[in-house]
Amino acid sequence: MSSPPPPRTRTAPRKRSRLRLPHGLRARLVGAFLLATAFGALLTAGLTFQQARSAILQRTQGSAVADLRGQLDSLAPGLAFPPTTKDLRDLALQLDQVGGHRSWRAAVSYQDAPLVSAAPGPAVPAPLRSEVTREGAAAYQRVEHDGRPWLALGMPVLYAQDTARTTGASPAAGRPGPSGLTVYVSFPLDDDRADIAALVTAAQAGAAPALALALVPALYAAGRILRPVRRLRGGAERLAAGELGTRLPAHGSDELASLTRSFNTMAETLERDDAELRRMEAGARRFASDVAHELRTPLAAMAAVTEVLDEDAASGVLPEDTADAVRLISEETRTLARMVEDLMEVSRFDAKAAPLHLEDVDLRTLVTKTLQLRGWAEDSRVRTDLKGALPVRVDPRRIDVILGNLIGNALRHGRPPVTLTARPHAGSTVITVTDHGSGIPADVLPHVFERFYKADAARTRSAGSGLGLAIARENALLHHATLVAGNTARGGAVFTLTLPPAPEEQP
Amino acid sequence: MARVLLIEDDPAVQKGVTLALRRRGHDTEVAGSGETGLLALDRYRPDLVLLDLMLPQMSGLEVCRRIRESRQVPIIILSARGDELDMVVGLEAGADDYIVKPASGEILEARMKAVLRRVAPAQESDRPVAGAEDFAALTIDRTSLVVAKNGTELALAPSELKLLLFLSAAPGQVYSRQQLLEQVWEHSFYGDVRLVDACVMRLRAKIEDDPRAPGYIQTVRGFGYRFGPLG
Repeated sequence: MSSPPPPRTRTAPRKRSRLRLPHGLRARLVGAFLLATAFGALLTAGLTFQQARSAILQRTQGSAVADLRGQLDSLAPGLAFPPTTKDLRDLALQLDQVGGHRSWRAAVSYQDAPLVSAAPGPAVPAPLRSEVTREGAAAYQRVEHDGRPWLALGMPVLYAQDTARTTGASPAAGRPGPSGLTVYVSFPLDDDRADIAALVTAAQAGAAPALALALVPALYAAGRILRPVRRLRGGAERLAAGELGTRLPAHGSDELASLTRSFNTMAETLERDDAELRRMEAGARRFASDVAHELRTPLAAMAAVTEVLDEDAASGVLPEDTADAVRLISEETRTLARMVEDLMEVSRFDAKAAPLHLEDVDLRTLVTKTLQLRGWAEDSRVRTDLKGALPVRVDPRRIDVILGNLIGNALRHGRPPVTLTARPHAGSTVITVTDHGSGIPADVLPHVFERFYKADAARTRSAGSGLGLAIARENALLHHATLVAGNTARGGAVFTLTLPPAPEEQP
Repeated sequence: MARVLLIEDDPAVQKGVTLALRRRGHDTEVAGSGETGLLALDRYRPDLVLLDLMLPQMSGLEVCRRIRESRQVPIIILSARGDELDMVVGLEAGADDYIVKPASGEILEARMKAVLRRVAPAQESDRPVAGAEDFAALTIDRTSLVVAKNGTELALAPSELKLLLFLSAAPGQVYSRQQLLEQVWEHSFYGDVRLVDACVMRLRAKIEDDPRAPGYIQTVRGFGYRFGPLG
């Protein structure tokens, strides 16, 4: 396309993003990856911990129950019924003594009497007592005592239905009856707590390296996903910069590969359309140039003889109608020649083949020569207002074209006098051409420099080629000057040419 | 009244130009190609050649070079090609002036007159004829219009001779290219100054010892050209 690439707006957002937290795709992908890893590690560690902890506690409880049952099996038969408080204390003391490594504290109660213990220990929690009483079977509960976890265990002593088995909660041994005696023991779970703490430490120690290790595949995966994205971005930027031949390699069959293929198709279409448009535009320009060129040879023959026609038309030897026709042909031949000349000039601008030959001259000399050349030097309709020397660095021939076209235009479309002024202004030189007509209508103003623009479609063509102001504008642009049209306060049209300061001459 | 050889392949242009020139009292011979043009040169002995550049077979540029090999007859190129490059190439081939088609009979007449004038208008009346003058190895005879270097006569085209005569008439005086164009070629102020540059280049090739370090025709940067001073 011939439209210019859109301005690049990438720099600013990128600068801003540096100040913020990274929120690019890469950061998001790595973040998601790590989060997933952390969640997985946490879940695994949590489940493992839960399982291990309950296994440890189960084992401790199981062995404690077995121990207690064993002790009771050997001690309970020696107990008299109903036991006295002293009997109970003895039993508790005996239990404390045989507790061995578990160093438990025993408490014994008969029926619903208060607990009797041999040594102070954590209070047996009421819920445990009621549970043992209700269920008639061994029960346990973890309690906190002195900031340490303890396990409280309650066990009713049963009579066996037959002789030997007196205790135990085994329903398989028939239906034993309760003896009314209940034994409670409490022991600290320090060892188990240490084991569990070791487990937590191990889980923590494992999770950190796991996360660190997860960073590696996360970065790798993000890189792999993002590489085609980055390539696409680079490709799009090159395309925007006008490199329409940009194509990207599309491997694989994932979404990004298909996006890359779509990108390539788009670039291809764009390039084809662009080439087609350029070809058509070049063709149109060449055609205009060729037409003008082809017209020149027949015009050369005609232009050579216009004066012969003029002379004979003026001599009075021709019939009146013939003389008029001859004059018409002569005049229109000259107009046609001017038009073809202007067309050639325009096509030189279009082809960027208009050379600029800068010279140091005094603008006053240029203006004087322009007026002389066009027969306006003694014309009262054209006035000049130039004061002091106006050194400029311009292509004299092109400035002459600009001034000639502006004054000619003012004489044709405005009302005399036409005034040309030139003033230095802040290093620039400002030249105005003002007429005293009715000015340029507001709807026409934006179009005055367009080629063949006619303010009124129905208006017959004027003496100009319709290219004069367009050529003046092109010549101004070639000088990096500005040429603008406007209206004066009194209503006339004013064209202002502003020549920039002369560039420093290269040594 | 001048004898004009028109080398041009287009019949309409042939007719138009012939008609215009005849009206102005000139005698015109027409050649439809470069080859016949070169033949007519010997037979017809024209005062001036009007030469089209786009000719069948032998190009106008080639015709121009061939004529310059043996003659100093004024040559004006009459071409439909108005681009600067075409103009410079044509002038380098030895033409004295360049007219872009279409041109009125008036323009043709003015340019022909200018080229046919042996010296610049400013010098015609007010300068006493001084005879031969020596400038280092260069001898310029304003009466016989002969220029010699180390005693050898130089074959200068009319525009080259005129430019040299004009510049050497006031040694050391700097002339802008516009001034030279107006004085020597009698173009308007805005005529193409490439004409001057091309002619200076050709002149230097003929008179200078080293055209890249010219002594006779010197360039004054940003102003124009001057004759000398000779070191």
